[in-house]
Amino acid sequence: MATDTLRELLADAFPDATELWVEDRTGTGDHFQVIVASPRFAGLPLIDQHRLVNEALATPLADGTIHELRIKTKGTQ
Amino acid sequence: MNDLSAKIKQVIDDEPVALFMKGTPQMAMCGNSMRALEALRRAGAPVTAVDILPDPAIRQELSALSGWPTIPQVFVRGELVGGADIVEELAESGELERTLEERLGTDYRGAGEEKTVALI
Repeated sequence: MATDTLRELLADAFPDATELWVEDRTGTGDHFQVIVASPRFAGLPLIDQHRLVNEALATPLADGTIHELRIKTKGTQ
Repeated sequence: MNDLSAKIKQVIDDEPVALFMKGTPQMAMCGNSMRALEALRRAGAPVTAVDILPDPAIRQELSALSGWPTIPQVFVRGELVGGADIVEELAESGELERTLEERLGTDYRGAGEEKTVALI
């Protein structure tokens, strides 16, 4: 399942995540919503927070596994 | 830098607000492109839209320039603001309008009509 792969990639990239959610929005394995809460985001501009998530998911983004990605990040203390 | 890449860069640099999207404002082909457009419209931004669908090379060159992997992409005064989620979140918090005022001037709402630019 692509959701498991994405969750593993995010867990590797954000070992300190306090919340990590991956949802297959359409049930087709290519439209995803991810939510990541991590102290690494605290104080970072939104665009840099999303860049970190994009970097973590660079491979599935590049190879077409992810057709659409919605990102929600939260900076925690 | 090839010809297409140079054209993309020119749009990013020259247009006050550039939106690279799937489809056109009149016929958006992707929900996220529409979300970004609607958020910009609510903020009163003078949007210049570019359809990336006519040639896959547009998206490749754009992402190579911006370092951003997904579509849509929104630039204000040559600087990447983000994709649909970021633009929507910034619009809700009022930060999008502040950014537009800072970079385009407080009278940006009267700065121009929504328009579409073709790269190919």
